[in-house]
Amino acid sequence: MNLTLHVWRQAGPNQPGKLEVYEAKHVSPDQSFLEMLDEVNEELIKGGKDPISFDHDCREGICGMCSQVINGVPHGGQDRTTVCQLHMRTFKDGDSIFIEPWRARAFPLLRDLVVDRTALDRIIESGGYTSCHTGGVADGNAILIPKPDAEYAMDAAECIGCGACVAGCPNGSAMLFTSAKVAQLAALPQGKAEAAQRVCAMTESMKENGFGNCTNHYECQAACPKGINVKFIAKLNREFQKSLFE
Amino acid sequence: MQLLTSSVGRKILMAITGQLMVLFVIVHLLGNSTIFIGWVNAYAEHLHAMPPVVWIFRIVMLALVGIHILFGIQLTLENSAANPQGYAVNNKLKATFASENMIWTGLLLLAFIVYHVLHFTARVTPDIVKGVDALGRFDVFTMVVSSFQHGIIAVIYVAAMVTLFLHLSHGIQSFFQTMGWNNAKSLPVFSKIAMVLAVIFLLGYSSIPLFIVTGILNK
Repeated sequence: MNLTLHVWRQAGPNQPGKLEVYEAKHVSPDQSFLEMLDEVNEELIKGGKDPISFDHDCREGICGMCSQVINGVPHGGQDRTTVCQLHMRTFKDGDSIFIEPWRARAFPLLRDLVVDRTALDRIIESGGYTSCHTGGVADGNAILIPKPDAEYAMDAAECIGCGACVAGCPNGSAMLFTSAKVAQLAALPQGKAEAAQRVCAMTESMKENGFGNCTNHYECQAACPKGINVKFIAKLNREFQKSLFE
Repeated sequence: MQLLTSSVGRKILMAITGQLMVLFVIVHLLGNSTIFIGWVNAYAEHLHAMPPVVWIFRIVMLALVGIHILFGIQLTLENSAANPQGYAVNNKLKATFASENMIWTGLLLLAFIVYHVLHFTARVTPDIVKGVDALGRFDVFTMVVSSFQHGIIAVIYVAAMVTLFLHLSHGIQSFFQTMGWNNAKSLPVFSKIAMVLAVIFLLGYSSIPLFIVTGILNK
């Protein structure tokens, strides 16, 4: 199939950018979205033009590097699917596709579709860990954790930190990302000890790093390729209230 | 201090002040409904027989409105600064017209509240008929009916109630999420309850100007 791509091109931070039009010809429906872009880039390079810069790494939907807003939806809108796992069979011959970078103040644009997402790492640095020693493998099994709690924590730990929640949020808030880590650790005995400091430090870091506030649009959950649920934001809100009394 | 400065703290204050105002919206609707069974003059008389209670109530309401507006504006400014550049193609999956326009429906409601207080509380607008009924009580019924017989005033009130519907259809369910009282299963249930409540407020409040302007309820 043949497609018309409208891709955001920007040479660098603080440079003017605009949507440029490219034709993607003879695209196989079995190709992934990134493979389609690879071929467009090969044609650009052959023609002596700058290829489109975009982030990618594992290409199997687990690393959280790919970060493109496709037709106005982070990761393209297929349920629980990252851009790299989005296949061209979801498009039709002759489609126009708009490809834009994550947009948020906290994610400064570096080039074309590549943004700097280290602000998410800084939120984790502020408290997304446990500072107690949890021992080796055998010691780890010595602390019994009820199955539902372990499942709950694992569901929250599924976050791959791609930033789609921020890109989709009308407020540029990282509340889903932050809450996933707060909820994951607060559900486990090793994490409970520091739960109060953690929720305050991480939400404060979110604010300091230029993210907005959550106003319950739930756009984040809809955009999340891992299906992280907004129930974790409710959990963060409960943890915050508990911290007020500690 | 966390409550006044942090992202979550201010959100909780917005939620609590908002929900206390929803309680007022419920009580106000019950009070209004006495107009249909002819008790509105008696209701108003009883209410105003207790000036200290009325004034404490008004001061509390003013504080709630003030906190809600102050943090509402502050958070909205912060949020739009955090998302300075939109997308060329904007496709929202979950956000609604109501959830994205809380600041505007909120400010419209503020304008309406100012008008409403000048209209039926301070009674300084030109359409107001001030009289007493056969029992010597202030005639609220005649005042309301003669006001809403002006089509434009009825339209303003109904439009304000549509705005209230939009604001609360997002606001009530949002309260449960912000307080952390829901989980994945109960969130859709609370959303439906919120929508039903918002529709009840819309129909309940709008019925008075609509019944009057159509002549079903008259002097």
